[in-house]
Amino acid sequence: MPVTTIAGRDIHVDDEGFLTAYEEWDPELARSLAGRIGIELTDAHWKALTFLREDYAAQGETATLRRVSVVGGIPTKELFTLFPKKPAKKMAYVAGLPKPHGCV
Amino acid sequence: MSTDFVPELVPDFGAETTTDRKLAIICSKGNLDMAYPGLVLANAALGEGVETHLFFTFWGFDMITRSRMAQLKFTMLGNTATHLPQGLGGLPGMTAVATHQMKKQISGIGVPEVPEFLDQIVASGGHLWACRMSADMMHLTEDDLYEGVEDIISAADFIEKTDGAQLLFI
Repeated sequence: MPVTTIAGRDIHVDDEGFLTAYEEWDPELARSLAGRIGIELTDAHWKALTFLREDYAAQGETATLRRVSVVGGIPTKELFTLFPKKPAKKMAYVAGLPKPHGCV
Repeated sequence: MSTDFVPELVPDFGAETTTDRKLAIICSKGNLDMAYPGLVLANAALGEGVETHLFFTFWGFDMITRSRMAQLKFTMLGNTATHLPQGLGGLPGMTAVATHQMKKQISGIGVPEVPEFLDQIVASGGHLWACRMSADMMHLTEDDLYEGVEDIISAADFIEKTDGAQLLFI
């Protein structure tokens, strides 16, 4: 499993760069992760990230876009604005989680 | 476990490379089970940043016709993949039973019904187009169609709009 340096810290990631250790993530790291993919985090981003983190802890898997919108209460359209083009994967990356595996 | 140190590893979100990828899906079936492949693939493509267009034609028109879109059915008849005797499928009420069962399985895995799925596709930036010939044949106008449908267009218009796209016929 590769290790990379993010914000001066050694972080475990998978071959694509998604974080693999839930506990290595914290809000400060999230800001660095977001910066690496050109996103500046606002309160609206944090609402999505907080849902993803909590949902992962409860469910053991990363929420799909549909789950973030239906269960997390953030409209799909807004997610595409906050995390352009590939919202589900970008959110998972910034939240320090594996990319979602669900189809819908 | 061996550990490799990688100085700079950021997932490839394809900022430049995938922006011009385009997908066109032609939905020509009105059975419940045949409505889903197009919807699932469209949704997946949109989530990957792919510009996606759906063209509803012939029986696929039921997917976007207000009075029918929530009432698509699944039948065992002619479908050997249910692995049940074909005669069963012809019994009165069997289509209703099979439809109910399939809807239960679909919602059981958190996948929405057709109208709500279309809402999600439109909210994700997907484009829905209705076939002009089908509308004329069935005497339907835009008022009869789901509000997310952008327009009723000819096959030639659709081909023009999806220039360079990868195409799926379902």
